[in-house]
Amino acid sequence: MDVLNVEYMLGLVPVLLRYLPLTLQLAGIGMVLALILACLFAVIRVLRIPVLNQLTIVFISFFRGTPLLVQLFLFYYGLPQLVSALTVIDGITATTMGLTMHFSAYMAESIRAAIVGVDRSQTEAALSIGMTNGQMMRRIVLPQATRVALPTLMNYFIDMIKATSLAFTLGVTELMGATQKEASGSFLYFEAFIVAAIMYWIVVELLSKLQNHLEIRLNKAYNR
Amino acid sequence: MIKLDSLSKHFGKTVVLDSIDLTIEKGEIVVIIGPSGTGKSTLLRCLNFLEQPTAGTMTVGDLTVDVKKASRAEILSMRRRTAFVFQNYALFANKTALQNIAERLLVVDKWPKEKAYRRAREILDQIGLGEKADAYPASMSGGQQQRVGIGRAMAAGAEVILFDEPTSSLDPEWVEEVLGLMKQLASERQTMMVVTHEMSFARDVADRVIFIDGGRIVEQGPPSEIFYNPQDPRTKDFLKKILATNSV
Ligand SMILES: Nc1ncnc2c1ncn2[C@@H]1O[C@H](COP(=O)(O)OP(=O)(O)OP(=O)(O)O)[C@@H](O)[C@H]1O
Ligand SMILES: [Mg+2]
Repeated sequence: MDVLNVEYMLGLVPVLLRYLPLTLQLAGIGMVLALILACLFAVIRVLRIPVLNQLTIVFISFFRGTPLLVQLFLFYYGLPQLVSALTVIDGITATTMGLTMHFSAYMAESIRAAIVGVDRSQTEAALSIGMTNGQMMRRIVLPQATRVALPTLMNYFIDMIKATSLAFTLGVTELMGATQKEASGSFLYFEAFIVAAIMYWIVVELLSKLQNHLEIRLNKAYNR
Repeated sequence: MIKLDSLSKHFGKTVVLDSIDLTIEKGEIVVIIGPSGTGKSTLLRCLNFLEQPTAGTMTVGDLTVDVKKASRAEILSMRRRTAFVFQNYALFANKTALQNIAERLLVVDKWPKEKAYRRAREILDQIGLGEKADAYPASMSGGQQQRVGIGRAMAAGAEVILFDEPTSSLDPEWVEEVLGLMKQLASERQTMMVVTHEMSFARDVADRVIFIDGGRIVEQGPPSEIFYNPQDPRTKDFLKKILATNSV
């Protein structure tokens, strides 16, 4: 085995760094959309809104019960075949859709558990002062549930960042796709992928730091 | 004015409130006593629509509802006319003392921020917790939390404040400060309905004492009559038991 080509690795860093923003964009937008969707699903499940509740259960079951890669292929290759208006769906859109739906299904369940876990005295107090259900959810229940759900949600975000690497199978040149191209040009696979791995690793580590910081902040109200 | 006509509440087959008729004048201080499990909490909770009564009509101020046909809007409106003080305080854990009091003015009454917080500060000063404005419930003593709980109820400007055993969860050292605040409210002629086992409070502050047993009003009258000259054997029996541990 040859020694590690360190020079090549260092040279690769600035090249790959240019693709990191797309990776972060996929995960960032995916996370925001997934959160919105997950909150919606969770509220529908908690309030047991007829019809929507049943639909949500099926949606969540499907997106938790099938592999993310299959879902991405469904969106990228399958949807255009079904709906001709979607023939122009690109890899980035398909990936964003896939990540959003896949992770919203998981996140909905943890948000729902956190909502159900909010003490009944809190909801009674909210109702007693005349809040509507919506006001109660927005002002009292969701903020308290967020604190409980945050660690889990951050873990899903980290999972999602790593899952963006699947986008390369849809021809998207994000961090993983770029690495793949570089590696097959230079045949220095180990060097290329170890650089990519370290980049993912650093991003995730930074996020973990942020997570700790957020948890301390959010817990402030609840500590003596 | 508050008026209940044949108000009933069933849980399944259990009759918890059995056709209650009751009229309370504006400014009246009513204390409700009775054995455990006889429907005292349920009565207050029905008034605040935390429980949906099974039958009867309810009037608070200028709003009368037939509880069976109460619309969502009527339920909200009824809740907004009646403020509740909980045994376990039930302050919003994610809000400071000031925000707990301002919340209703901001969200329910849609006051502008500045006005709502100004009013909340006034109330905070009134309840003697001006320096606790930015404290979260978890960092306050039970007595302080309950005073904020009462402050939150005061902010409502409600027709009546309903107190469900407001001092029962408190360590003995905090009971007096909460009772003191309630006496202050009573002296301002805030209409109050108080479920409590604090018999000295009932004797000193109440205009009327109502004894409830088995979901019915057994006997009612001024404290002097109920405490010193009860008529019904059940009232006598209850008072004998409770006064053995609680001197009037
Ligand atoms: N949600 C409910 N479902 C079924 N039964 C209930 C419910 N809430 C109360 N009850 C029953 O109604 C009866 C009256 O309860 P309530 O809490 O009003 O009594 P109380 O007079 O306040 O008693 P205490 O002095 O112990 O607080 C009790 O027998 C109780 O078991
Ligand atoms: Mg009770």
